[in-house]
Amino acid sequence: MAYNLKEQLSKEERFEAGHRLCAGCGAGIVCRAMMRAVEPEDKAVICNATGCLEVSSFQYPFTAWHDSYIHTAFENTSATASGVEAAYNVMKRKGKIPAERNVKILAIGGDGGTYDIGFQSLSGALERGHDFTYFCYDNNAYMNTGTQRSSATPRFASATTTPAGVESVGKKQAQKDLTQIVVSHGSPYVAQTTLIGNLKDFHEKAHKAIYTQGATFVNVLCPCPRGWQYPAEDLIKICKLAVDTCVWPLYEVENGEYRLTYEPKKKLPVEEFMSLQGRFKHCFKPGNEWTIEAAQQYVDKKWEELLAKCK
Amino acid sequence: MSIRDRLSGNEAIATAMRQINPDVFAMFPITPSTEIPQYFAQYVADGKVDTEFITVESEHSSLSACMGAEAAGCRAVTATSSAGLAYMNEVLYVAASSRLPIVLAVSCRALTGPININHDYSDSMAERDSGFIQIYAENNQEAYDNYLQAHRIAETADVRLPIMICEDGFITSHAIENIELEEDDAVKAFVGEYKPEHYLLKEENPLAVGPYGVSGYYMEARVAQAEAMKNAKRAILDVAADFERTFGRKYGLIEEYCMEDAELAIVLMGSSAGTAKAAVNELRAQGVKAGLVKVRVFRPFPGEEIAQAISHCKAVAVLDKSEGFSGCGGPLFAETASMCINLEKRPKMVDIVYGLGGRDFTVDHAKRVYRRLEKIVATGEVGPIYSHMGQRDLREDVQ
Repeated sequence: MAYNLKEQLSKEERFEAGHRLCAGCGAGIVCRAMMRAVEPEDKAVICNATGCLEVSSFQYPFTAWHDSYIHTAFENTSATASGVEAAYNVMKRKGKIPAERNVKILAIGGDGGTYDIGFQSLSGALERGHDFTYFCYDNNAYMNTGTQRSSATPRFASATTTPAGVESVGKKQAQKDLTQIVVSHGSPYVAQTTLIGNLKDFHEKAHKAIYTQGATFVNVLCPCPRGWQYPAEDLIKICKLAVDTCVWPLYEVENGEYRLTYEPKKKLPVEEFMSLQGRFKHCFKPGNEWTIEAAQQYVDKKWEELLAKCK
Repeated sequence: MSIRDRLSGNEAIATAMRQINPDVFAMFPITPSTEIPQYFAQYVADGKVDTEFITVESEHSSLSACMGAEAAGCRAVTATSSAGLAYMNEVLYVAASSRLPIVLAVSCRALTGPININHDYSDSMAERDSGFIQIYAENNQEAYDNYLQAHRIAETADVRLPIMICEDGFITSHAIENIELEEDDAVKAFVGEYKPEHYLLKEENPLAVGPYGVSGYYMEARVAQAEAMKNAKRAILDVAADFERTFGRKYGLIEEYCMEDAELAIVLMGSSAGTAKAAVNELRAQGVKAGLVKVRVFRPFPGEEIAQAISHCKAVAVLDKSEGFSGCGGPLFAETASMCINLEKRPKMVDIVYGLGGRDFTVDHAKRVYRRLEKIVATGEVGPIYSHMGQRDLREDVQ
């Protein structure tokens, strides 16, 4: 059945309005779309890392989640999901859950809880191959504590622990390519997506990930208006520019086979992505032009590498 | 009918686990608890249990996986020691506050600095504020019996707290002793089925676990948890009473040995109790009114029971097998002494830190402690309240 956003939106919401996420934050959109990718007749258990999403969506005595939900700590979401999956398996085997009942186990965390502090437990769970899907909402820094740099922060971004200044042009290192690292684990399905257009790309990848047996992974670029410093209404525009500049290419890897899911008609200069965001403001100061050139070179190199893999 | 066998403490605990057949076991190895999951892996391989056995990549993850499984509606267990327990630290608190009755077997071992694989309680004592119930065994029989009682205590409706079943690393975990095991069916009947009221995989009613609790709610959650820990005292005694009815072996919060008319007493925990009992026997034969209080349950702390047991003594030495670095004594002493504060009449009390990192504790050491207590009674002088025993330089030792 062809994807239709209107039809999708007619489904019952499983991530309720009234959560405390900021206006212009991508995480709420990710959660709604992630839950739409679970078939309505299936249940889910969501395992959430500590972070903005957790404190904003489950503040006692309210929860935004219609499905069962567990938060334990920051760095152990994949391990928690491993335990839920083990429980599901054993309860099915012992007849405590009817054979026909389907429960999807989803884990979700920010880049801090996924790329960095939660990396060990993610790697362990991927290697063990639990049947679950990990969604990373990558907003490029530790946003819950106030925009400290993470290993997902791009080079030259000003973060509160890598601020721009007279002696600094922001973060010195390029971001870790977590999607590639997950591919190297041999995961049966890995995808990179973001929030563009009618969310078809997100939906199709999320659905495929959730309904592929094994440990699957979806890395979602998820802008943060506070950390990236853009007007709330520009969220989708920034996502689109990330894709059209090839800063965040959309692709999937199914059993090791790479497939580009979107190729920009015209590859835009990185500058267009950077210029909308306060975190790159210093790059546009006279004398710092080289940073934009360096950012462009990096994106071009990564893009060519990806294209080679997708051939 | 019980079965006579010869087992190490680790194999006794693994046997109890096999008989209980928990739903999920998440493991990560560390000396000296490693054998427990190793024995269990073989039970899985041989089809003796139908447990989901998850070989995780760290202790932080083993307890996290247990949290996920227990919250999902299962009995989840794990085992660890020393640095492994320390690495779990954060998750211990989360598991307790999430009120998940996970059972954690601890083969107690010294914490690093310098690295050491032998026994003391620096690992489990460091977690005394984590919200876990803690029960300590004197020998392999008690390790087995305590484990059989663990799930029922932890799962009691007004308790719902995780529990550590502690044995002394190597001394109990590896030493092979005679043991009475119970029949598999009898164990299963005693432990019963796990029937949680609320769990993640309950179809008709989803559950949310682990909220952000702002100041307006946090304190209520903590007070409820404190109440649960108080309730655990009664639950431990209830389960022990049923255990005695079923299997004939008696347990309490503490064990009093020759305490009725004791004038000099030692308060301690774990395998040292056997050694100290031998000293009590020798001294009693010489007419010395020596007695012993073995603390079986450390959390909840049986402060009133200990205070009551020693209130009539003239002098008491608390023996701490962990340093604590408070500068004025170990944790068992601090808590024991504080619980005596309101007694009408109380004994003179000293703390002796001993046995760190597997340092031997012999009958002679125990007798020296009683000799020191005799001297305190005779002179009325307490001397140093806090000292160390069993060091290489005996000039520094307990006189």
